[in-house]
Order: sequence, then structure tokens, then C-alpha cells
Amino acid sequence: MLQLEGVGKTYPNNVHALDGISLKVSPGEIVAIVGGSGCGKSTMLRAISGLDVASQGRVVLDGVAVMAPHEKIGIVFQEPRLLPWLSVAGNIGFGLDHLARAERNARVAEALKRVGLADKASVWPRELSGGQAQRVAIARALVPRPEVLLLDEPFSALDAFTRADLQEHLLDLWADSRPTLILVTHDVEEAVVLADRVFVMQPRPGRLFEEIVTGLPRPRDRQSSRFDNVKKQVLAALDRSMARPVQAPEDRAPEGAALWW
Amino acid sequence: MSFVSMSAAIDTTAADPVKRRSALPRYVTPLIGLIIPVTVAVLCELAVRWGWSNGRLVPPPSVIYATFAELASTGELQRHALATVARVAFGFSLGVVAGTILGALTGYSVTLFRLLDPTFQALRAIPSIAWVPLFILWLGIFEASKITLIAVGVFFPVYLGVMGAVMSVDRKIVEVGRAFRLSGFQMVRRILLPAVLPSYVIALRSGLGLGWMFVVAAEFMGASEGLGFLLVDGQQLGKPAQIVAAIVAFAVIGKITDWLIVGLSAPFLRWEDRFGRGAER
Ligand SMILES: Nc1ncnc2c1ncn2[C@@H]1O[C@H](COP(=O)(O)OP(=O)(O)OP(=O)(O)O)[C@@H](O)[C@H]1O
Ligand SMILES: [Mg+2]
Repeated sequence: MLQLEGVGKTYPNNVHALDGISLKVSPGEIVAIVGGSGCGKSTMLRAISGLDVASQGRVVLDGVAVMAPHEKIGIVFQEPRLLPWLSVAGNIGFGLDHLARAERNARVAEALKRVGLADKASVWPRELSGGQAQRVAIARALVPRPEVLLLDEPFSALDAFTRADLQEHLLDLWADSRPTLILVTHDVEEAVVLADRVFVMQPRPGRLFEEIVTGLPRPRDRQSSRFDNVKKQVLAALDRSMARPVQAPEDRAPEGAALWW
Repeated sequence: MSFVSMSAAIDTTAADPVKRRSALPRYVTPLIGLIIPVTVAVLCELAVRWGWSNGRLVPPPSVIYATFAELASTGELQRHALATVARVAFGFSLGVVAGTILGALTGYSVTLFRLLDPTFQALRAIPSIAWVPLFILWLGIFEASKITLIAVGVFFPVYLGVMGAVMSVDRKIVEVGRAFRLSGFQMVRRILLPAVLPSYVIALRSGLGLGWMFVVAAEFMGASEGLGFLLVDGQQLGKPAQIVAAIVAFAVIGKITDWLIVGLSAPFLRWEDRFGRGAER
């Protein structure tokens, strides 16, 4: 169980990027965070990952506060961030240094097959396409079998076709071991395809603005009207979050919103 | 003509000029660089043969070659070359070790950078040759002062190169290391070292270049053997061919040692993804 207890972050330059984020995510759940640019999504993810430490509140995983990068938490960044001096197999095995060589090789080979890059094992990262590189990055994060996988706009640099492909692929991988997924995205469709719950964030300071439970059966049909409805719901919430950036969710007046429209 | 065969036709015509352009230079490119030196050598030789010049001050290639062969057959050349190589090897090793350690420390730690770098920059501003009298006073006129001078010359490019490389390691890649909870030592071994290796090789090469420069200065200080001694000796005895032979020896050995660095590091740098790759092969 992953818990955020009033997490806030003020950067040294006094940017109040995140304020009072409280959130409980149960094991195996997929949560998406959407919000405008600069509203604090990456900041929140980095606080969960332990790469940055929250200035207020705390992140708790299985009853223990996360103060630094944690072995049960994996992260995938917007860019693949592969190590250029390691082969694809070397990159995937990067987090398995503690294992015996045979075990490590077996896990890497398994992962390579799983992400469909078995023929690329000994290739340098520079020889991969963007989508292939991102698949390697996902494999690298999943191979140590984390309980929580954080993804910060992992597909935003890819074309729409590859993106849809990798979304399905991510779901396949998730089904193997069912880690908790927390996914930051700009893409509402991506959020609705993947997530059980979608959180819309509002900026300055970053707060959770609205929670939308998708409640769609898997596998999800992107063409269905129910899918479309959820998408519209998220889009509407996004619009509201940006039109009323200063107000907190509690003192948001429904009439005001109606007047605005 | 169907669309497919048409696009295939376009493909072959498009590929053809590319192929033709690269087929010719493959054999010719390395030779282009030889045109000027060979022309100059031939002109020089002809000028002496045809009596335009007596070749006393500008010895023709044949005389240089004869001098070279004579020095080599008596074992003189090898003795002098070995002495010089040994000095460079010692001085270079010392300079590289010091430059690497201090460069890595100042690149890694802001505190050490603030503490040490101003001193090194101030020292770097002194032309290294200016140390010679002091080194002789401190260390005597024999090997110690020579090797120290070479080490000082090698130190600065290595120090600057390593410091700059460590400072400019991509923060995003370091973060990958942090996300996988690497210890300080593992971070150095698995992330920082490989990341700085390409710049390190360049730093070593410029350090080595300066090492060869300073060994000549050191041997001018007074030496009874070494290629630098051959230079001084050739000047004092009026033997320009010996001077040029020594210069050629410097060029050859310098180039070989540079190749050694490049060649030994190449297997570790095959991953590099950069603009200059094509030109070097
Ligand atoms: N290292 C930092 N130091 C200072 N301020 C920062 C830092 N990183 C982010 N910020 C500020 O914090 C705010 C939130 O940034 P964050 O990167 O979390 O946004 P985001 O929601 O991920 O945006 P995007 O969707 O564009 O990636 C921004 O105003 C940004 O300028
Ligand atoms: Mg971001």
C-alpha cells in the first residue's frame, strides 16, 4: 500500500510546486495523474520515488516512510535514459547487480523476450528507435520486480501509433506481476485506457483537483461510448482545473462554474 | 510501370551516386594527405642533386635517411630514444595519476573545487618552463627535475579534462544510478567512469602531446642522452641531418604513443554516438 500524507514541495527557489497531496493507492492499482504543464506532476512523482524528498508531509510504502530511492519502487522517465555504454541487455540488467550472473542473464533474457526485443540484446542503445528504447527503459524498471512503478510521461515523445502500441504493451507487462502503476501523462486517452482512477491536478501550487474513477472493464475499447464519456469527464475536469487555478477544490462554487461557461 | 517498381527504380538511382562517391575515396583519401610532404621531399632532393643547393643547412631526404640508418645501426638512436621514452613514460604517469585524482575530486565535490581549483588555475597561468631553474635547484640536474617538469606539463590538461568531464556528466544519467540506489563507489564505477571515458581519452592525448613537448625542454636543460640531446648535439656540431633525424624520431614515436592511447581505448568507446566517428575510420 502506497500512501501520500499531505505531501508538499517547495523548491529552493521558493516555487511552491506541490501542496497537501494526500492519496492512497492499493497494490496493483493503476493511477493516472493529468494536469497542465508545470502543475507539479513530475514533482509529485519524484517525491514518491524518493529522488527528491517532500518538504512537507511524507510518502509511506507498506508502513515505512520513503526518504530515498527504494528497492520496491521503479521509475521510467520521459526520456529512456539508457546508459549509452551498455548494450540493451546490459541496460535491462542494470538493477540486478546483486544477483548471480546466471540468474541475472535468465531474468534479462526473459524480459527481452517479454518486450519483444530478444534480437536486440547485444545492440547499443543508439541503434534503437525511440519506441524500442522506451520499451527497454520499461523493462529495466520492471526487471527488479518493483511493487510500485512510476512513469513520468513515458510515451509523450512517441508518435500516436507507437504510443497506443506501448500502452497495450504496458498493460500486458503489468498483468504479469501486477505492480502498482502511477502514471503521469498529458494524454487524456492514455490516462483513461490505462488507469483505474484518474487524478486531475491544478497548478500553483500543485493540488489534486478531482478524482475520476474510470470503472471500465479491461481490455478497454477506445471506441466505445462509455470510454468516450469518461474521457469527456476528465477533459471537463481539466478545463475547470485550469480555469480556476487559484481556488482550492473545497471552495469551488458550482454556480460560478456554470456562470463561467 | 507499377508504383512499386517505380519506387524501386528511384531507389537504385538514388543509391548509385552515393556508392560511387564513397568507392573512390576509400583508397585515395589517406593518400591525399601525403601529396604535400612528398612533393616537398622530392623537390628538396632534386634541388641538391641538380646543384641548386649544397644541402648543408637543409639536408636532403637521402642524407637524413643515411644519418638515421647510421645512428640506428650503431644503436645510438635506440639508446637515445629509449632514454626519452622512459622520461616521458615516468613523467606522463605521474602527471596522469595526479591530474586524474585531483581532477576527479574537484569535479565531484564543490567544496574541493572551491578550495583547490583557484590554486591550480593560478599555477597553470605560469609557463611551465619557468619552473626549470627552481626544479634544478630543488631536484638537481639529473632525472628527477626532468621528470617533474614533464609531469607538470602533463598534469594540467589531464586535470582540466577530467574535472570538466566529471562536472558535465549528464544529471539525468546520474539520476538513473540514484534510482537504482548505487553506492558512491558503484556510482563512480558504473556511471561516472564510463561517462567520462571519451573526454578522458582526449585529455590523455593532449597530456601526452605536452609530455613530448616538455621532454625536449627538459633534455635541453642538459642531458647526456635522449633525443633532445641529439638535437642539441647536432646543433653544436653543425650536423643538421642529425637534428632532422631526431625530429623525425620524435614525430614517429609521438604518433605511435598517441595511437596506443587511441587503440587501447577504442574497445571501450565503441558505444559512442557522435558526429566525428566517420572521419576517424
Ligand atoms: N528543480 C526545480 N527547481 C525549482 N523549481 C522547479 C524545479 N522543478 C520544477 N520546478 C517548478 O515546479 C513547478 C512544477 O514543475 P513540474 O516539473 O513538477 O511540472 P509538471 O507538471 O511535471 O510539468 P510538465 O507537464 O510540463 O512536465 C514548475 O513551476 C517548475 O517551474
Ligand atoms: Mg513533468
